[in-house]
Amino acid sequence: MIEVKNLHKSFSDAHILKGITTTFENGKTSLVIGQSGSGKTVFLKCLLGLFHPEEGVISYDGKIYSELNSNEKRNLRSEMGMVFQGSALFDSMTILENVMFPLRMFTKQSKSEMEDRADFVLKRVNLANAHKKMPSEASGGMQKRVAIARAIVNKPKYLFCDEPNSGLDPKTAIVIDNLIQEITDEYNITTVINSHDMNSVMEIGEKIVFLKDGIKAWEGSKETIFKTDNEVVTDFVYSSELFKKVRQMYLEERQ
Amino acid sequence: MTYLHNIGAYFIMIKDMFRKPTKWSVMKTLIFKDIDDLIIGSLGIVAFISFFVGGVVTIQTALNITNPLIPKYLVGFATRQSVILEFAPTFISIIMAGKVGSFITSSIGTMRVTEQIDALEVMGINAINYLVFPKFVALMLYPFVISIAMFLGILGGMAACIYGGFSTLEDYIIGIQMDFIPFHITYAFIKTFVFAFFLATVPSFHGYFMKGGALEVGKASTTAFVWTSVVIILSNYILTQMLLSS
Repeated sequence: MIEVKNLHKSFSDAHILKGITTTFENGKTSLVIGQSGSGKTVFLKCLLGLFHPEEGVISYDGKIYSELNSNEKRNLRSEMGMVFQGSALFDSMTILENVMFPLRMFTKQSKSEMEDRADFVLKRVNLANAHKKMPSEASGGMQKRVAIARAIVNKPKYLFCDEPNSGLDPKTAIVIDNLIQEITDEYNITTVINSHDMNSVMEIGEKIVFLKDGIKAWEGSKETIFKTDNEVVTDFVYSSELFKKVRQMYLEERQ
Repeated sequence: MTYLHNIGAYFIMIKDMFRKPTKWSVMKTLIFKDIDDLIIGSLGIVAFISFFVGGVVTIQTALNITNPLIPKYLVGFATRQSVILEFAPTFISIIMAGKVGSFITSSIGTMRVTEQIDALEVMGINAINYLVFPKFVALMLYPFVISIAMFLGILGGMAACIYGGFSTLEDYIIGIQMDFIPFHITYAFIKTFVFAFFLATVPSFHGYFMKGGALEVGKASTTAFVWTSVVIILSNYILTQMLLSS
C-alpha cells in the first residue's frame, strides 16, 4: 500500500501540488485523473522518487521514502515498474532486450533464464512474435505493451503508468487498460495510473483520485464518480457530448 | 550565476559518474559499444584529415622556405613538429568535438527527451554512470587514434614532399629524425588524455541536463561543440605553458 500525506511540490514560484493526502491499496488499480496541468505527472514523479517534495510523507508498505538511505531507495525502486507516456523504450535495444533489461540489471539469472522470463512476459502481453523487432518498428500499441512487459518482468510490487493509452485508438486503449487491470489482479500489485481518459475510468477505476490545480478535489470509485454532485468533478467527467447524454439519461431515469 | 551553476553541476556529474557502478556484465557491453561508436567509427575521418593536412603543412612550409641557405630537410622537421605538437592532439580533438561530441550530446539528449533517462532512474540505476562512464572509458583509447593521426600526418607530408618535388625522400627522413625530443610525444599524449576526458564529459553534460524537445537536442549539440572546443583550447594553452615552458 502507498500512503501519501500532505504532499507539497513547487517549481520556482509555481506551487504545483498543494497538500495531497491519499492512499493506494494493494491489488487495486487506482487512477489519478484531472485536466492537463492539474499536477498528475508531478504527483506520479513524486511517488516514483524522481521529484523531491518540499513537504509531506510518502510511504510504501510502511517504509517512509524520505527516511530511506540510498541503498534502501535503490532497492525500493527496483520493486517499482513504470510505464511512461511515450513508452520510453531503449531505442538501441530490441524488444526482447528491452524486456530483459531489468533482469540483467538486478538479477543474477543466466541468459537463458532471463530469455525465458522475458518470453513469458511478452506472451502475457500478447507479443509472442516481436522479440527481434526494434522499438521503432513497433506500433504505438505494441510499444505500450512492451513497456508494460518491461515494467512487470521483475515482478514489481508497485506499478505506475503515466497516461498509458494516450495516442492509442479506443479499441487498443481498452486492450491496454484491461491488460493493466488483469496484471494488477494476477500479481497483486499496487497500480497507480495517471489518466484523463474517461473510458479508462469506466473500465478500471477501482479507486479514483481527482486533482484540480494541485489539490485533491475528489476521491471515489468508478461506481461513485458518475453519481457525485461535486461540480468540479462533473465539469470534467461530463465535458464530452457523449458523457453529457449519459448523464442526462441517468438523471431522467432517477426522476 | 548560470555559468557558476553549470560548472558546479558539471563537477557533481563527474563525481556521480563514479558512484553506484552499473553491473560489470552490462557495463562491459556498453564500453565495447562505445569503443565501436566513438573510436573505431572515427578512424576513417581522422585518417583522411590527418593524411591531407600533413601534406598541406609540408607544402606550406616548403613554399615559404625561399632562402637557398635553409636546408631542405627543414621541411620534414617542421612537419614533424607541427603534427606531433599541435595538429594531431589539438586539431584532431576539435574535429572530434564536432563528430564525437555532437553524437554523445544528441544520443543522451534524445534519451532525456524520450524519458529513457527517467526510465533508468526509476529502475534505481545511476543513469550518469550508465551513460557517461562507458564513454569516458572508451575515450581513454583516444591516444590510439592520435598516434594514427601523427603517423598519417607525417606520411601525408612525405607523400606531398616527394610527389610535389619539394625535397627528396632522404632529406625528409633526415628532417623528421632531426633533434627529436621524446618528451614531445609524452606532452602530446598527456594533452590527448586530458582532451579525451573533456570529449567524453562536456558533451555528456550538455545532453544529460538538456531540457525541451527535438529542437533543443540540436541546440544542445551545437552548444556542446562550442564548449568542448573552448575547454580544449584553454586546457591546451594551460598544459603547454605547464609542460613545455620550463
